[in-house]
Amino acid sequence: MADLYTWPAADKATAVGKRVKRLDGPEKSTGTAKYTYDINLKNQLIAKGLGCPHAHCKITSIDVAPALKVPGVVHAEALRQSGNEIEWQGELLAVVAAETEGAAREGVAAIKVEYEMLPVFVEESNLAAAEAAGRATKGGGKTQTAREPGDDDDEDEFIAKEIERLFAESAHVVEAEYGIDPITHCCLEPHGSTVEWQGNKLVAHLSTQNVSGTANGFATPLNITADDVTVHCDYIGGGFGSKFAPDYWGVAAAKIAKATGRPVQLMLDRDQELKIGGWRPSAYIKAKLGADKDGIVQVWDSSHWGSSGAPNPGGVNHSTIPYVFAPPNYRRTQTNIKTNHALARAWRAPNHPQACAITQVALDDLARKMGANSLDIFMKNLGTDDKPGVAGAKPSVYKAEMEVAAKLMDWNAKWHPHGKGPAKGSVVEGLGMAIHTWGGGANNSTCTVKVHPDGGVETFCGTQDLGVGTRTVLALVLAECFGLPYEAIKVNIGSSKYPVSGPSGGSTTVGGVSAAHRRAGQDAFQKIAELVGKKLEVDPKTLQAVGGRVQVAGNPAKSVSWKEACSLLGMQPLEVKGENQSGQRSDLTSSQVGGVQMAHVAVDKETGVVTMKKFVAVQDMGLVVARKQAESQIYGAVIMGIAYSLFERRISDPKTGAFVNAELKDYKLARLGDVGEIVVEIYEPESERSRGVIGLGEPPVIAPGAAISNAVCNALGVRVPTLPMTPERVLAALGKA
Amino acid sequence: MQPPAALAIIWARAGALWLGAAASWPPLTPISAERSGGSRPFSGFSRRDFLRGSGAVAAATAIHQQATAAAQEAAGTKVAAGKQTITLNVNGKDHSVQVEPRTTLLEALRTQLDLTGAKPICNDGSSGGATVLEDGKPIQANMRLAMQCVGKKIQTVESLAGDAVPQAFVDCDAQQCGFCTPGFVVAVRAFLNMKPKATEEEIRAGLNGNLCRCGTYANIIHAAVQVVKGGANG
Repeated sequence: MADLYTWPAADKATAVGKRVKRLDGPEKSTGTAKYTYDINLKNQLIAKGLGCPHAHCKITSIDVAPALKVPGVVHAEALRQSGNEIEWQGELLAVVAAETEGAAREGVAAIKVEYEMLPVFVEESNLAAAEAAGRATKGGGKTQTAREPGDDDDEDEFIAKEIERLFAESAHVVEAEYGIDPITHCCLEPHGSTVEWQGNKLVAHLSTQNVSGTANGFATPLNITADDVTVHCDYIGGGFGSKFAPDYWGVAAAKIAKATGRPVQLMLDRDQELKIGGWRPSAYIKAKLGADKDGIVQVWDSSHWGSSGAPNPGGVNHSTIPYVFAPPNYRRTQTNIKTNHALARAWRAPNHPQACAITQVALDDLARKMGANSLDIFMKNLGTDDKPGVAGAKPSVYKAEMEVAAKLMDWNAKWHPHGKGPAKGSVVEGLGMAIHTWGGGANNSTCTVKVHPDGGVETFCGTQDLGVGTRTVLALVLAECFGLPYEAIKVNIGSSKYPVSGPSGGSTTVGGVSAAHRRAGQDAFQKIAELVGKKLEVDPKTLQAVGGRVQVAGNPAKSVSWKEACSLLGMQPLEVKGENQSGQRSDLTSSQVGGVQMAHVAVDKETGVVTMKKFVAVQDMGLVVARKQAESQIYGAVIMGIAYSLFERRISDPKTGAFVNAELKDYKLARLGDVGEIVVEIYEPESERSRGVIGLGEPPVIAPGAAISNAVCNALGVRVPTLPMTPERVLAALGKA
Repeated sequence: MQPPAALAIIWARAGALWLGAAASWPPLTPISAERSGGSRPFSGFSRRDFLRGSGAVAAATAIHQQATAAAQEAAGTKVAAGKQTITLNVNGKDHSVQVEPRTTLLEALRTQLDLTGAKPICNDGSSGGATVLEDGKPIQANMRLAMQCVGKKIQTVESLAGDAVPQAFVDCDAQQCGFCTPGFVVAVRAFLNMKPKATEEEIRAGLNGNLCRCGTYANIIHAAVQVVKGGANG
């Protein structure tokens, strides 16, 4: 039956793929959209947490009693006890709930805690220091050689010799170190919740990417069952992979609400958000590649390291190294460093941005060494669809996208060999590129679509909108099914009492929810068409919904209005369920996209300041549902990429482990004037559109790091090895600092 | 134990004023009540209480004017303590709100008037999330004490519902998660009030006080350009 469900052809679609205004745009632009932080319940208490000031310590005493003496404080509770070891700064040790924010803060400041200091290690870029401190552990690796060892060979010895031989035979060898510092999610709405008990039932407004999947996270520690929990999230102020669970502070809010009999709001403070609300693992690499005389990489050898925090030492998974490019021979190893930071969380396209930034720079350094055009080197290493030199998308897709991007960038006219461009005073310009891939297969999703006898259409789906435009996507899909304007569709999302839909992670949401809704919409229309067919005495299969009418295809004279069609339902609305299962093969969705990005920068050699001139992002995403919002997501991903390429990083004091820039005046993000001209082009020929919907959230945030680093290198003729490329680092690379 | 940053900043500002003031007012006698004809001054006030946030605060107007102690005295500096009922003029209407000296304008707007468009994003005014208009000029509502705003005309994003700026944001899809959007809408309105014919270059140079994490800047530029071109700009 699966093949009954299809998308309309590009030239037939009336809603899907169109450029429309975001359905909830007016609410977001006029301040009436209510986020978790905006929920004001009657008698609500404001709770604030006490963050641990030390990166590694043992609590020797904790006394919350002084907080209770502060006027306005209603409740104070220690979350950690004497004897507990704390392994990162910012961990919440206690919470205070009060009538006002000011009283809560004063209460937090009154709490008495004594600590025994323990040794700190936060130098994640320094492998030797980590090894000396006993903080480094092997994180796996993999070796592959085109020639296999013989039966009598010792495998390790054979591979070592084979790699050595391949490098010896290489016409060009690049050997270098690269890195990318840790960054935080820095959600503008911090993690948190506003909770209230209604009898024994918990209603939790939670800033979450996982509306359908967090009830259990509240229920288990509260000793209730998940059916007594309702999670609401109409709007979420940023998640980026960090907001999948209630977290212990959400549970704490619920406990305080229970103890006080009053609603409680507990949102992390800004510094707490940066310290414990999620961050992206760092990655540093020693890499060596060998290429033949044409610049085609034959062998790769690397060891990389980095941190994902204290609780579960990890880092960038070696399976993504080298990134996208898959040379026939490689050896890669991963080392995990345990640092005194909270556990890292999934950050938009986990592993990929770092892997891209620390390996596709080596490919560009190959071009630099050869005096070759980087675009040619990237192109040559793609291989062919029959014999790919890359992973993820097909080489032909990357190739076509490179051609589109090169045209939009005017690459060949602007290109100059690395470091050989003209200078205007102290300013030089350069071009760089990188490519990326992502799966983005559709997630689980279910929905209930109701068509009312008066023609009204509504859907209920326990999904969420991270800023993708989920409401707009659902409205467009159903509008297409029923021939209605998309604004006519009432979209209900953001409640755990709605049909279960998957968490928004890994670019899986739009595929999942649009497939479930397409199925529900097509089924619903089929039922309505049967009624209309009877009335018009025509075969229901000949009927189509278009322009607010149900008509015989190609014969508008034989038609009824949508309202009239729905009136045939009688008294009861029609209710249809739609479903998509993760991994389900169908014509509606698929996975694995490719993208190509190119950057044009200007670098001032006197000041070290890098300025974005232009950025081109060409992206495949299968079939586009909400075009304008898809473009917005690509713009946004590129801008996040500019931030982590040039500005953004967590700075930890090596002696105390303190996160020294955990306020927004110090944690540098890109601002409006920093982004230059950005050109977004969605690559959607029929060959890709026919694959159906594929997720878009992650892929375009992957390549900016390498693309911008390569552009800076092309401008300067030397590599700034570690991101972000701050002025200090640019000057250091030039030997001036 | 450090006080939380938001208060620390407010305290630091107020504290700096007070240190200056203390020398000329050794007994820290409140003076405003007499001057304004009130029946008696507040009693039991001390600098320590003031710094704890549960005491009193100097009249807010003086704080941001950074006037000298003498000038403040001459200008009739007022001391207030404990919970107060004040009147804030917000979006064209007077509202009675209960505040403490430490209550920020942002907190009063959000928790008492349920005007939650302005957002608590930063503690230092660097995010622009709490941008509102005070007598037509953009300010950060989290960097102002509510008491400072008595007698001022406060306009929040909610009052701009019919304005060309939010409409342009919708037209240009200048929002993703939307949490920074209200602050940006007010900032764009204020900027274009100041420069109604702003060029794209001026827009790129003039709107760097607000942060967006989703990366909506490109579309915000489009939106601001649309407002200028549409002529619906005051």
